[in-house]
Amino acid sequence: MDFRVDDEQRALAEGIRSVLQGRLPLEHLRAREGDERTISQDDWDALGATGLFSLTLAEPAGTGLGLADAVVVFEELGRGLVPGPLVGSFLAAAAGLVPGAEVGTAQVGVHRTGPGPVLVEHLGALDALLVLGPDDEARLLAPDRLAGAVRAAAPLDPLTPVWHLASLPAGDALEADGPRLRRDGALLTAALQVGHAAEVLDLAVAYAKERHQFGKPIGTFQAVKHICADMLVRAEVARAAVHAAACLADAPDVAVAEATAAGCTRDELLERSVAGAKLLADEAALTNARAAIQVHGGMGYTWQVPVHLHLKRARVHATTFGTPADHAAALAASA
Amino acid sequence: MDLRYSASEEAFRQELRRWLASSVAAYGPPPPQVDWPARRTYDLGWQRLLFEAGYAGVDWPVEGGGRGASPIEQLIFKEECERAGAPYVGVNFVGLLHAGPTVIAEGTPAQKERYLPGILRGDEVWCQGFSEPDAGSDLASLRTRAVRDGDDYVVTGSKIWTSHAMVADFCELLVRTGAEGNKGITWLIMPMDAPGIEIRPLRTLEGTTEFAELFLNEVRVPLSNRVGEENDGWRVTMVTLSFERGTAFVGDLLEFVRLLGELRRLIAQCGLSGDQGLARRVGHLVAAFDALWALTKRNVSEAAKTGIPGVGGSVFKLSFSEHAQALHDLTVEVLDRAALCADPLESADGAPLHNDEALHAWFKSINLTIAAGTSQVQRNIVAERILGLPRSR
Repeated sequence: MDFRVDDEQRALAEGIRSVLQGRLPLEHLRAREGDERTISQDDWDALGATGLFSLTLAEPAGTGLGLADAVVVFEELGRGLVPGPLVGSFLAAAAGLVPGAEVGTAQVGVHRTGPGPVLVEHLGALDALLVLGPDDEARLLAPDRLAGAVRAAAPLDPLTPVWHLASLPAGDALEADGPRLRRDGALLTAALQVGHAAEVLDLAVAYAKERHQFGKPIGTFQAVKHICADMLVRAEVARAAVHAAACLADAPDVAVAEATAAGCTRDELLERSVAGAKLLADEAALTNARAAIQVHGGMGYTWQVPVHLHLKRARVHATTFGTPADHAAALAASA
Repeated sequence: MDLRYSASEEAFRQELRRWLASSVAAYGPPPPQVDWPARRTYDLGWQRLLFEAGYAGVDWPVEGGGRGASPIEQLIFKEECERAGAPYVGVNFVGLLHAGPTVIAEGTPAQKERYLPGILRGDEVWCQGFSEPDAGSDLASLRTRAVRDGDDYVVTGSKIWTSHAMVADFCELLVRTGAEGNKGITWLIMPMDAPGIEIRPLRTLEGTTEFAELFLNEVRVPLSNRVGEENDGWRVTMVTLSFERGTAFVGDLLEFVRLLGELRRLIAQCGLSGDQGLARRVGHLVAAFDALWALTKRNVSEAAKTGIPGVGGSVFKLSFSEHAQALHDLTVEVLDRAALCADPLESADGAPLHNDEALHAWFKSINLTIAAGTSQVQRNIVAERILGLPRSR
């Protein structure tokens, strides 16, 4: 057994990271804060050109990789604050639900129905909306069916525009593995969250080394040190959970063996591993973002320092594919 | 990135599982916690059985008399033992995990020949004389003095937190032979039957006496019992700690999942299944366990390839210790007034509440953030050695 991130995965992560740093650096993203489209179609095409949406499609259309590789890539996307319907587009591409999703010519959102106001992210840029119902029924909606949608003037995340709708029309039924879409969506979102948790840690540590008070870097003081240490622990634990869930999804035989040892079915094990990963990753992202603001002191409270963007994005992700409370309740009820 | 075990790893697991299936039941349950002589006999007897079956010192190098198992096999060994309810390492802990590996790495051929077989065969028990009343987190400030006199060191001082000293044959002892700080420390093997040693049991907040204080009054320890050079003892100690391959807490982690199951039964037994707040706390613990088991596999995988368990022991211990405390805090909370005594109590339907076990586990968990490096020290280690933040000292 070798549960380390392997060399190919490391290379994949480095490759994506260098594309993002070159093509989508922070200043470039921030220029679109508050816009109707927070990532241009050109930039989305560039993302598509990396092969990220077709990662798990069989060759030659894709790279024939697994979810374990996808979560490594998605962590980088989270680190890079990449806006847009990343998870929906990936799911649509992987399941062949929307032509063009796999190359980045179609942007696909994903929405799970539930109580409360209906808000759809990135509606202005979507070519299709994947809708998952409470029993995992999957449907596809064309944006022209959502003509009554009103764009929110004050989105929480300036890079995640949202549209408000009175209700969601029915949409066209899809032949799809609904539970698998939900699980994979949750796991990819969890991977984004691990990226946020890790990036804000790096920002906090960098600040703690640079900022001097009382004649020394503030990272010298244990109070600050310990906040950072706790951030690392949260991120590492969440990452291990996300990676394990991805490995189990990729290797059904291993999942069966682990399920047998745990005294549950394979599906129950997959559900449990994803729920745990999403719960820990959401909390790691949210708590770490708050902790990073704390380490930045007054500067953390400014619009200028980007930590708040990670906090806000983490809040968005924590409301998709189940909240921490939803997953904690599901885990308590699990075998 | 793969969770799949190899064919040889699976074969190791199955062979061990078969042996455990017959051996554990035949060996019988442990004696009462307080009966130290009986516990010594029990723990040593199990070690002898492991030795005869070829499982003694699973992770020791073959040159040291061990099996030379890989870190993955070590993980499997600990996992299977825990799942089979095998006896804990108990009084063999210091010998197998600390003193033995140190002698293998740093001992003379004569020392290896004299001391290693006794540990492996379950003949001899070791205890640890490291911490002192004034030297805990700051171990390098230890003050127990050793002065040369002819062919011996004459040792005077005191040690604290020495586990199972009252049934030990040898003590791995750190003494000051030179200047202050970590450059004046020497590692000695002290026979526990030498004149001048007083063992005083230390009562924990649970009321148990698994720890002791040692008072050393001009105890003579032969020079030939020194492991490594004089004043090189700190480095020798660091070598011991470097043997950690990420498996130190595997038993505790698997016990955690068993106790989590007990907690869920208890919640139902107390009629609290509908309490959503409790449910969420339990759900968090389920997630934490799964993640920590994954982190263990990651650390062990790192150790298997590089010799060092990844982000390591500190990250794991910080997380595990706090989640374990949360589990036991929650259990005692659910017990409510049934936790006011450790006398076994029952719920109205006559089913045992296991309040005695819960209290014992709760007390032990309090020590998890303190022993083997406090959580505050662990955070310093993570911040300084992993994150590269400037040292405070």
